[in-house]
Amino acid sequence: MNTTAVSLPPDPEITPAVIAKHGITPDEYALIQKILGRKPNFTELGIFSVMWSEHCSYKNSKPELKKFPTTGPTVLVKAGEENAGVIDVGDGWAIAFKMESHNHPSAIEPFQGAATGVGGIIRDIFTMGARPVFNLNSLRFGSITGDSASAKTNRRLFSGVVAGIAHYGNCIGIPTIGGEVYFDDSYEGNPLVNVLCLGVLKHEEIARGAAKGIGNPVFYVGAETGRDGLAGAAFASRELTEESKQDRPAVQVGDPFKEKLLLEACLELLTTDAVAGIQDMGAAGLTCSTCETASRGNTGVEIDLEKVPKREVGMTPYEIMLSESQERMLIIVEKGKEDIVRRIFEKWDLPYAEVGTVKDDGMMRVKVGEVTVAEIPARQLADEAPIYHRETQAKPAPAPLCEIPKTDVSLALGKLLADPSIASKEWVYRQYDHMVRDGTMVLPGSDAAVFIVREANKILASTSDCNAIYCLLDPREGARLAVAEAARNLACSGAIPLAVTDNLNFGNPHKPENFWQLRECVEGIAEGCAAFNTPVTGGNVSLYNENPAGAIDPTPTIAMVGIIKDESHVTTSSFKNAGDTVILLGELGDEMGGSHYLKVLFGRKEGIPPRINFERERALHNTLRGLIGRGLLASAHDCAEGGLAVTLAESCFCGTQTIGAEIDFGTTGLAPEVLLFNESQTRVVVSAKPEDAEAVLVFAHEKGIPARRIGTVGGAQLGLKADGAETRWNVADLQSTWRGSIAACMA
Amino acid sequence: MKAAVIRFPGSNCDQDCHYALQRVFGVPTDYVWHKESSLKGYDLVVLPGGFSYGDYLRCGAIARFSPIMKAVVDYAENGGLLIGICNGFQVLTESRLLPGALVRNRDLHFICEHRFLRVGACDNPFLNQAKPGQVLNIPIAHGEGNYTADEATLEELNANRQILVRYCDAQGVVSEAANPNGSLNNIAGICNAKRNVFGLMPHPERACEARLGSEDGNVIFQSILNHLGVRAVA
Repeated sequence: MNTTAVSLPPDPEITPAVIAKHGITPDEYALIQKILGRKPNFTELGIFSVMWSEHCSYKNSKPELKKFPTTGPTVLVKAGEENAGVIDVGDGWAIAFKMESHNHPSAIEPFQGAATGVGGIIRDIFTMGARPVFNLNSLRFGSITGDSASAKTNRRLFSGVVAGIAHYGNCIGIPTIGGEVYFDDSYEGNPLVNVLCLGVLKHEEIARGAAKGIGNPVFYVGAETGRDGLAGAAFASRELTEESKQDRPAVQVGDPFKEKLLLEACLELLTTDAVAGIQDMGAAGLTCSTCETASRGNTGVEIDLEKVPKREVGMTPYEIMLSESQERMLIIVEKGKEDIVRRIFEKWDLPYAEVGTVKDDGMMRVKVGEVTVAEIPARQLADEAPIYHRETQAKPAPAPLCEIPKTDVSLALGKLLADPSIASKEWVYRQYDHMVRDGTMVLPGSDAAVFIVREANKILASTSDCNAIYCLLDPREGARLAVAEAARNLACSGAIPLAVTDNLNFGNPHKPENFWQLRECVEGIAEGCAAFNTPVTGGNVSLYNENPAGAIDPTPTIAMVGIIKDESHVTTSSFKNAGDTVILLGELGDEMGGSHYLKVLFGRKEGIPPRINFERERALHNTLRGLIGRGLLASAHDCAEGGLAVTLAESCFCGTQTIGAEIDFGTTGLAPEVLLFNESQTRVVVSAKPEDAEAVLVFAHEKGIPARRIGTVGGAQLGLKADGAETRWNVADLQSTWRGSIAACMA
Repeated sequence: MKAAVIRFPGSNCDQDCHYALQRVFGVPTDYVWHKESSLKGYDLVVLPGGFSYGDYLRCGAIARFSPIMKAVVDYAENGGLLIGICNGFQVLTESRLLPGALVRNRDLHFICEHRFLRVGACDNPFLNQAKPGQVLNIPIAHGEGNYTADEATLEELNANRQILVRYCDAQGVVSEAANPNGSLNNIAGICNAKRNVFGLMPHPERACEARLGSEDGNVIFQSILNHLGVRAVA
């Protein structure tokens, strides 16, 4: 290892300006002095600044996050306990999953920013002892249409992020099987990149990130430490400004090949009895992994930086401790079993080094040879960051719409299908290997991704949802709607929801309006998760999502995982056979507030978003699962952005194939644009064999769910008839508009 | 019979190939680590897909120098059945076990999707259970699958009936529109002149179960088993 002695420059003096530059307030600095009983040195100040950043400490959001339901009979590892939550899926098998953001790095350097986001979340999962089996992502960008300078920038960010996710996920061999992509001006300059990884493991394989066993050696494994990603966690915890480009050194560089080796080596090592504790080095790198493992283990950890594998000479303790170089892990090894670690990491040609020891004094002690360069009580550093109860300021409730603008509904459907937020995401998922690991039962593009984990013989469904327009207009209801939509997507796929991971993307919490949005959304999620019996098992908070023009629309992304009990229950959104009966479960609806009709055609994000009644929604989901379980449904597609017309059109698309449908709503008394494009909730369009249609209606009515025949599958056209008027579209034309829209923008 | 799936650092379809052989077809299958030097006792060797050595330098370029590759070359030269899928195909061209090269896709993007393949020659161990002209639905997933070779090589491939599968449309028509990546003559897979080494970009191991959307990959494994005189269980 490179231990060449070089004389390092003296540490900068700690002035109020230096403290402020680290994002530490005078009160926090006073608290640091109290904890240490002296002034911190420069390295210690850096360590506190990253550990007490919002990204690592959740100091602004912790009191809110406590509102989430986090327990349940299937919860094996709770939110916040370890690197990811773990849920029982039966027969001794469990899943570990979590979502995390890489918004700010992706704004500055989209390819590496997104790639390392994927790398980081995968490490969180295999740290738990789980084999990662699939990824999902939820992305948001400014508008990509048109020739403006900002549209060009947004296209560059979008294509860079997609390429970065593809680069990392494809190389490491974990399929990216689903997700969502939205485009809206509020994400201009501050895209959202939320990535999820799910892994499987046996109950007894759950690994812990605690430094257990006084005297146990501490190993550093994986990539060498370099100067990349210095203090990235602190960078992520402030607003992006015009000067943020200069923070590019705070963005890490990923090497998916190295992570693939690290993943295999760690999983191989975890099958032995050599590991007492394991923790990835993600945000705040070596700093976070040492103090967190010590804090969880109720111990201390002492490391010697001379022994840390380094990419270059002359790195200061400050740089080594704050580096966010990727693909590194900290492993607490059972004393006497060091050779097992050496053998496995040599087999995989990965760097490793014994860098320290577990101590009994509760201290995180960092040495360079014999010289101590940092000494901080681990628990206070890791778990006792100051907690802030931020001020809130409610935004005025949205005004109801006074009129619904009219338009040619025939053209309107085409425009909605061409809107990049609604259009097919084929341009995106075609770049992701979404089939490796041989488990993808439903290809991307349906209501939820469905994956069979063959080692466990479990079929999982997963979806990520959030309509940020609703959250902007009414954060609490918007968050409730996001949870309900996720649960509905799972029900449409034949799945029973298990648990939720969330990614809370908001603006600067110091602005009372932003913090109010956060609080409202958290409470809305809590209500939703309680209603669907889906505990929150972890997630991520990303604040300070602002650009010079203001905060992003509040975006509490909900990723929900469910289980499908039988292979025959797997259901997709597209119509299957000519002659099948089309049935609407739920009401015709009339709520136009916050609709994509208003946004896409009139540029208006206005009105009162749709209301949700959880009891009715739950009854709908149970009915759907009942119908699917009885083998009565050929397809099921939830009604979301763009309303019934978009739902019906999408049901006519199946991969490269199409099939038409003749729909007659009868007498509705609704204006055509209201009937076709309202976004009232608790509605699903299903299709069934004609001989099963009656049984579907009877079953739904027995469960108290409104259900009506609205038409028949078949032909090459989509015909929508109501109140004596009819509009017809050629399905192939609609499909080519829908499929080609994003590719045309990106050409 | 016994099969070997070679494991390079960065292989990521190794488990899928192992699953297809062992679980779907009941063939006893071993993983063979790239640092090994012997392939004694195997009737079939698979170079799986993935990103061997991170595909740094060039796809398959470093894997070619892996210790096991000397054994792979000896095995192939002695007539052993060898199949390289995706990255495995790239390793085969880099090692000169197959002619030509695989370069960046025409539109520069990685492409993952189901594709139709038209079967060419069937007088070989890999497609003897298929019919010439048969259309197979098998997914692709690659960034560098654009097959290229000089004219003389192409002529030779054609003359020797070494082009085993080409990209086509659902009706079996081989056209430019059905070419996903710019491959010369829509080539998706070729074998060597001796017909014991087969390289293809599509992933037959991803098309072995109806629940994953296609079982058309089975014909390749069935052909291999048939050639080796083993009754397929699938």
